[in-house]
Amino acid sequence: MNVTINGRPREVAAGITLQVLVAGEVGGGRGGAAALDGDVVPRSQWPETTLRDGSVVEIVTAVQGG
Amino acid sequence: MADSDLADPFVIAGVTLTSRLLLGTGGASSMTVIAETIDASGTALCTVSMRRHGVAAQGSLLDVLDARGVRILPNTAGCRTAREAVLTAELAREALATAWVKLEVVADEFTLLPDPIELLDAAEQLVARGFVVLPYTNDDPILARRLQQAGCAAVMPLGAPIGTGLGLTNPHNIGLIVAEATVPVILDAGIGTASDAALAMELGCDAVLLASAVTRAQDPTLMATAMRHAVLAGRAARLAGRIPKRVHAQASSPTHGMAVL
Repeated sequence: MNVTINGRPREVAAGITLQVLVAGEVGGGRGGAAALDGDVVPRSQWPETTLRDGSVVEIVTAVQGG
Repeated sequence: MADSDLADPFVIAGVTLTSRLLLGTGGASSMTVIAETIDASGTALCTVSMRRHGVAAQGSLLDVLDARGVRILPNTAGCRTAREAVLTAELAREALATAWVKLEVVADEFTLLPDPIELLDAAEQLVARGFVVLPYTNDDPILARRLQQAGCAAVMPLGAPIGTGLGLTNPHNIGLIVAEATVPVILDAGIGTASDAALAMELGCDAVLLASAVTRAQDPTLMATAMRHAVLAGRAARLAGRIPKRVHAQASSPTHGMAVL
């Protein structure tokens, strides 16, 4: 199925969880957070949060800033 | 030695910070520069931004900040609406396990001035969600008052627009904000050099937050040292009580007993 991750179209396995997706993108390091379709999803809910076709995911981390 | 001690503690939302100089990490050319400027400045709190994963190789930033033992304050830089800012703050709270947020909601990229309507809206929403809100605000005493009434833990008026280094363009308004503040006032943005930071403290600000003035200086570490001294000197001068300004001279040597020559 097709989803959008950080503004880019991606094809992922049907029913993939946020946990698996973020681990593949970030590698499970600290300092990351994710939003699914405009709502922040707490890390504790990533394992049972599944993506759907057309889902929009934002994955952010801390960077330098004033 | 702590720059803010028991005799004159700097407290935000019940947390005592050991320095009245808060440091932004934006603009630093390397992690080494960040580490060195933190050490030289004596700061106990550094700001970070939240961005899409992969846009910058920043893997060690949190490690550097943790190793220095500084508190991390995420900002909502770049947000234009209350909705964006609230979501960004929620992401930061999730990512960094802190409810503190430097709230920035700017109107456009040319001035980077806060949008007061969106800012107050965002502040109210974040306070309701349990955040410790430190809003970057205009040098407007009435807006500062409204942000306090909304439950913000501090107010952070600008000295001048972000990155300009113009110093305090409206010291009178900063003084008015200080005069009625019931929460810490942190001068945020516009600082160009040490005398600007000292002036902010002399006007009664509780702390100074700066980034570019240090990170973009020709010698960032030396400027961090200068800022540390400026904040300490400005605070001491504020507490000491300056002499009133006079129109005419007043001799400091005795006026009686002059030899007749």
